[in-house]
Amino acid sequence: MIELNPMIIFVAAIFTNNMIFSNFLGMCSYIAVSKEITTSLGLGQAVTFVLACTAVINYFIYYYILIPFNLEFLRFIIFIISIAAFVQLLEMILERYLPNLYYALGIFLPLITVNCAILGVSLFMIIRNYTFLQSFAFSVGSGIGWTLAIVALAGIRQRIKIASVPKGLQGPGIALITTGLMALAFIGFSGIVQIQ
Amino acid sequence: MAKFKSTKILMDGIWNDNPVFRQLIGLCSALAVTNLCMNSFIMGMGLTFVTGLSSFTISLIRQFTPKHIRMMVQVLIIAVYVIIVDIFLRAYMPELSKALGPYVGLIITNCIIMGRAEAYAQNNPPIPALIDGVANGLGYTLVLLSIAVVREILAFGSLFGIQILGEGFVPWTIMIMPPSAFFLLAIIIWITHNIQENKSEVAK
Repeated sequence: MIELNPMIIFVAAIFTNNMIFSNFLGMCSYIAVSKEITTSLGLGQAVTFVLACTAVINYFIYYYILIPFNLEFLRFIIFIISIAAFVQLLEMILERYLPNLYYALGIFLPLITVNCAILGVSLFMIIRNYTFLQSFAFSVGSGIGWTLAIVALAGIRQRIKIASVPKGLQGPGIALITTGLMALAFIGFSGIVQIQ
Repeated sequence: MAKFKSTKILMDGIWNDNPVFRQLIGLCSALAVTNLCMNSFIMGMGLTFVTGLSSFTISLIRQFTPKHIRMMVQVLIIAVYVIIVDIFLRAYMPELSKALGPYVGLIITNCIIMGRAEAYAQNNPPIPALIDGVANGLGYTLVLLSIAVVREILAFGSLFGIQILGEGFVPWTIMIMPPSAFFLLAIIIWITHNIQENKSEVAK
């Protein structure tokens, strides 16, 4: 296997292997929360932060605890527990030291636990055999890519609100079509780099 | 309620309150694995298995679970069933398991299971919860298959791996690529919303 430069993985995770447009991860909150640019930006930052931290934690847990003890099959449980625990911890820290941010994020913070993008990145990192630096670059890049996608969709949806959309397609329907068009646009980036 | 109506629960899960096109949850895997019918079918069956049994288990122990750690307990129960599915797939269908990649593991974070656990299994006896879980899983499988059928026929000219379109067929490359999944799901939402709205207007 060719060693990929972490920088290449970072760029690829943002543009060509974007979480939303090519891996379909984190779709639920992507559709549900993308009505306002400000809230989606806040959520995007929170997701990026949690993504980067949990990928690091899970990397160490997997390679230093699960592999030596032959417990790889437990990885789903262990990963989801470490993600849930981390989000819980983050919630307590934010509430104590940054109450403003805590109330701004509100319900979205606990919901990060069930955002598939977070677990997905940890699983991709294992399947693709990334080294530590590669995993870190991949997780940060994925988070930024996710934020980019949700903020862009929120911007478009704010405009769509005043357009006349056929009945039955309003709301999530048109959001999905918009996402499809955005995904088409992102295919244009695929010439830059490819990772698999 | 002494007697529950299992047909009503089934119909709610599959059509009236379908998780994918009514509640818009569980979208990630619905979009990701629909490039081939076989993948979608296996994924749907796996999800139905996990949703049904985890709803059953959660409902079984709902009286003994402390309120504030119930999410944790639910995630653990779901994860156990997902591990069973994962090990089963790797043992008997190694190629499919590879094709589905991380999406089998991602059943854990599939909102359908968590949603059903919170919305139904938490407050209802085990047997209706089992039926409810299975019904939602089937509703999900149905949507997956209807997307996958279109994508596979237009992208490869085949259905469940069997070639059905002749030599002269030109494959639509876009159907292999991600955007088509978004468009098809949007079209399904459009059609079903229109049908359901017309019906409710007639009922008025």
